[in-house]
Amino acid sequence: MSEKLFQEKIDSEKKIEPKDWMPEKYRQHLIRQISQHAHSEIIGMQPEGQWINRAPSLRAKMILLAKVQDEAGHGLYLYSACETLGISRKELINQLHEERAKYSSIFNYPTLNWADMGAIGWLVDGAAIVNQVSLQRTSYGPYSRGMIKICKEESFHQRQGYEIMAEMANGTKEQKAMAQDALNRFWWPSIMMFGPHDADSPRTGNAMKWKIKRQTNDELRQSFIDKTVPQAQVIGLTIPDPDLKWNEQRGHYDFGEIDWKEFWNVVNGNGPCNKERLDHHKRAHNEGRWVREAAKVYAEKNKLN
Amino acid sequence: MSTLLKYTLRIADNSLILGQRMAEWCSKGPTLEEDIAMSNIALDLFGQANGFLEYASKIDGQKTADDLAFKRDASNFYNFCLVEVENGHFGNTMIRSLLFDTFYLLFYKELSKSQDENLSALAFKSLKEIKYHFRHSQNWIIRLGDGTKESNKKVQESLNNLWKYTDEFFEIDNVDQIMIDQKIGVNTSLLKKEWTEIIESTINEAKLIKPSTIKMITGGRDGKHSNKLSSLLKEMQYLPRKYPNAKW
Ligand SMILES: [Fe+2]
Ligand SMILES: [Fe+2]
Ligand SMILES: [Fe+2]
Repeated sequence: MSEKLFQEKIDSEKKIEPKDWMPEKYRQHLIRQISQHAHSEIIGMQPEGQWINRAPSLRAKMILLAKVQDEAGHGLYLYSACETLGISRKELINQLHEERAKYSSIFNYPTLNWADMGAIGWLVDGAAIVNQVSLQRTSYGPYSRGMIKICKEESFHQRQGYEIMAEMANGTKEQKAMAQDALNRFWWPSIMMFGPHDADSPRTGNAMKWKIKRQTNDELRQSFIDKTVPQAQVIGLTIPDPDLKWNEQRGHYDFGEIDWKEFWNVVNGNGPCNKERLDHHKRAHNEGRWVREAAKVYAEKNKLN
Repeated sequence: MSTLLKYTLRIADNSLILGQRMAEWCSKGPTLEEDIAMSNIALDLFGQANGFLEYASKIDGQKTADDLAFKRDASNFYNFCLVEVENGHFGNTMIRSLLFDTFYLLFYKELSKSQDENLSALAFKSLKEIKYHFRHSQNWIIRLGDGTKESNKKVQESLNNLWKYTDEFFEIDNVDQIMIDQKIGVNTSLLKKEWTEIIESTINEAKLIKPSTIKMITGGRDGKHSNKLSSLLKEMQYLPRKYPNAKW
């Protein structure tokens, strides 16, 4: 099959399946994007995972643990989707450890108080949903189906996070202060999750043509902001952007300029927790090696018998 | 404190403290699949703890389940010493689980016949979960014991280290005796034979050696704990203690 036929298939909204012919660049683009997504789910377990043992009620503890477990499940699912493109999970993990693959920069920020569990669910999962709802229509079949499955759980996470935020925003003075502080710290990193402006996003062209991406970074960011601002107002928290204003003409919120220096700084490894996150993952991986080896040896022995 | 309350708290505390330990594995498992499995187990344990603490709260009449979890000091926790032992490596955690799960499997089976309807219902519900936990830890110990030389050595050491905590399972004190007499509680001393048989056959299959009898450590069920429990509680109870008027 030629590139022309491939493009015709894409244009007629047919899904590309693992055994179908695809341009090498399409495959590479998908591997990069899906693995980055998978790594994000896995690294994203850490900032919240650190609070499971400090959750302030039994209910909160169970909700948070189940949430982090869901993220592990998303990671597993996405690694499998990625493997359909002819790359092993082992190699994907190597790429992560050797910093040849990235994960979402949002997880390089620390979680400093319990309201951060609210802010992450509300904003980070909220931003992820906007992106992933759009990706449900992505052209690669396994990725599209993965997104459909994952989105359902992400919307639970978003609601649970918002519930924590609402509870704290209406709680004691200290709780309200924690909630506002969490929003202050997570707002800008959250809207940076959608990536650079379209004009500065070199790969968007192909990704849109191949319908891997269905909406641009700026479109997605705008829809997240439009959705989230009223939610903040309802619970009486202030979004830390003095330029945020409803624009009647556009039918959207205008917002302030993003600090792209900060964005690239964290992407390039200099965020507050980049090293900590990666070291944690490597340590767990190394400490588990003897277990994986033992399981393998046991399985081999018992095949022979 | 009423005898029934203390009896119920002992059960709840085992699940809560072990759950807290298992949750420490989150994002640290040897594989992603195993990470998910351990979170599952921790979730079951927290669910069990919650159920038994809700019942304890009803018996108590004043404190909520959360009060009981987050506002009690170590000396008022009545879990087995075994469950507060730190995780150590994965094999150590699985040995701890195997010893505990085997006992709790037998314990819940008996408790589900309790004359106390609440306890029997909670035990019946938990029994299904503990069966899965038991299979999980047993499978791992067989694989690790009969895996590599290194893995065998590691789990054998853990087995030797943790053996001293197992007598506590079978102790009968005043609280137990009253509960047994009222047909509410389980006579755990009668479970020792079956527990030993299951453990022996598992460690045989795992090519491990049963530790020789050593000086046993007990007392957890009366609130005598290592400082490991205080550290665990300090972390777990930090928010509700620091902000006593806050609702979360
Ligand atoms: Fe997720
Ligand atoms: Fe996601
Ligand atoms: Fe999520």
